[in-house]
Amino acid sequence: MRSACLMLVAVALMQAQTGKYGAGRPPTPQEVKALDISVPPSGEGLPEGSGTAVEGKEVYARRCQRCHGAEGKGGDEVALVGGSGTLNTPKPLKTVGSYWPYATTLFDYIHRAMPFKDPGSLTSNHVYAVTAYILQLNGIIRANEKMSAESLPKVKMPNRDGFIPDARPDTGKVKGTTKR
Amino acid sequence: MKKGSNRRKFLFSASLGAAMTGCRQGEKPAAEDEGPNRLGKPVSEYGDRSPHEKSKRLKPETKTPEAASTRTPLQDSYGILTPAALHFERHHSGVPAIDPARHQLLLHGLVDRPLVFGMDELKRLPSVSRIHFVECSGNGRSEWSAKGAPDAQRSQGLASCSEWTGVPLSLLLAEAGVQSSAKWLLAEGGDASKMSRSIPLQKANEDILVAYGQNGEALRPEQGYPLRLVVPGWEGNINVKWLRRIKVVDEPVMTKDETSKYTDLMADGKARIFTFVVDAKSLITYPSGGQKLAAKGFHEISGLAWSGRGKIERVEVSTDGGKSWVNARLEEPRHRMAFTRFRLPWTWDGSETVLVSRCTDESGYVQPDRAQLIEARGMNSDYHNNATKPWQVMADGSVKNA
Ligand code: HEC
Repeated sequence: MRSACLMLVAVALMQAQTGKYGAGRPPTPQEVKALDISVPPSGEGLPEGSGTAVEGKEVYARRCQRCHGAEGKGGDEVALVGGSGTLNTPKPLKTVGSYWPYATTLFDYIHRAMPFKDPGSLTSNHVYAVTAYILQLNGIIRANEKMSAESLPKVKMPNRDGFIPDARPDTGKVKGTTKR
Repeated sequence: MKKGSNRRKFLFSASLGAAMTGCRQGEKPAAEDEGPNRLGKPVSEYGDRSPHEKSKRLKPETKTPEAASTRTPLQDSYGILTPAALHFERHHSGVPAIDPARHQLLLHGLVDRPLVFGMDELKRLPSVSRIHFVECSGNGRSEWSAKGAPDAQRSQGLASCSEWTGVPLSLLLAEAGVQSSAKWLLAEGGDASKMSRSIPLQKANEDILVAYGQNGEALRPEQGYPLRLVVPGWEGNINVKWLRRIKVVDEPVMTKDETSKYTDLMADGKARIFTFVVDAKSLITYPSGGQKLAAKGFHEISGLAWSGRGKIERVEVSTDGGKSWVNARLEEPRHRMAFTRFRLPWTWDGSETVLVSRCTDESGYVQPDRAQLIEARGMNSDYHNNATKPWQVMADGSVKNA
């Protein structure tokens, strides 16, 4: 009886260890840590460190301004600042300040992709700082507010409630029907 | 050393380009045709197209060609498949140079057994080949404005269709054992932007492929070599290229490319998010903008139709600017979420007229015109423009945007 139970446990364990085809190998914790850079709105996965807009201003001037313009107003590349109140006008300006629903997205994106020609070259502190600077330029946080794993997910973006589910098909009924 | 050879290559292709333009103006042909009594070229290991064929992707003028797109010359395509070399591109941080021997896919998150797969291991698993289009949701963007695009390539060239070969994502997920709290996946590329998107888990269980093959050979670097997602019928951006990681999660990650970009702004300032599926669309590729009918008389009208909701069931064509419509012949095979070729015999009497096509998919959805689309969404939504595209045939045979 007892050995039958043990057998069952052993079989269950074996099933937990491999799938049907036994493909793949378990990753090491370091492998997962190195790749798992995505940061959802909950802030889960944000690294240690922190930064303020005051610090970020300097990082921005050196690493970002060339493309995104002075104070994020846009240059060769898109503006990161402005556009509030334009979304329902004929000339909407979608920026981090006017459009983005989550501040965590800003950290996630800068960390993975910016600066454009040298992604991955900023320290976590610098990413927090330049994130803080862009938020401050948009009037969302104050210049000395520290952005960190704890504070960033709590930042409420102005367009947080600006997104709605897909309502399609919203077309697709033929007008002046031609029956087959 | 390497630099030098790249430079030579560049100079060579630049002069080839010059030769081609010259040729177009009726100067020197690209290769001498010396008749059938001249011994031809020897066998070769990897074929090139005839030097007379010059169809190419359309490149934009931009300071950041690594974050840009090129367009498929749909007006030159035959049948339903796009040659891999002409498949449209959209990269966010350039095309990475990936060594397949070192490339790995990490599958982790809300799973019982996190796993790492090498390329060889993936290719050993049960695979499938399927024909599907991929279309950037920004395709047809210029059609929101009344002016519209002048030709098929500029109008709709961010769509291509290939046979893709790969492992069903559902198989890999089963290997890892997805936990009951899982609802979404985060898919991430190994390019310099680590392009990432959240995908509902349900779609993975339906038909997503982890693909390594395209049109019978390995994926092209621009198409995600060595590994990409193919998400049938869903907007191009979510078909993550250079796939390096899938994380099983309970909520969407809200990445830049699913919030800042690829969301559809409505007239009231609210934006639709997670607008995945591609609405049905059709386009006449012959005769189309920029082409010229050589003479009055018989011409076969031909074009492409596709839908993210399944098969194309019907394409109607009007040769009188929408007053009357007739059914075009749909060519088999008609695959789900794939280009379908339609054809209609037509005799041009030499007078000015407007040609337009309109498709219906297996869900019963009928392709709208521009006015219907604007009525439903306003003018600010940028993405997912699937309006009908009229072409005006002039009395001299030239064709332009109507
Ligand atoms: C060489 C030019 C260049 C530099 C320098 C640069 N960027 Fe960018 N940035 C780009 C390009 C190009 C894109 C668009 C990428 C795409 O197509 O996905 C972009 C996009 C962005 C976006 C997304 C904007 C939106 O509304 O979707 C943010 C945020 C951003 N950059 C922040 C930064 C920050 C912060 C820095 C400095 C650390 C920086 N960038 C440096 C070129 C640059």
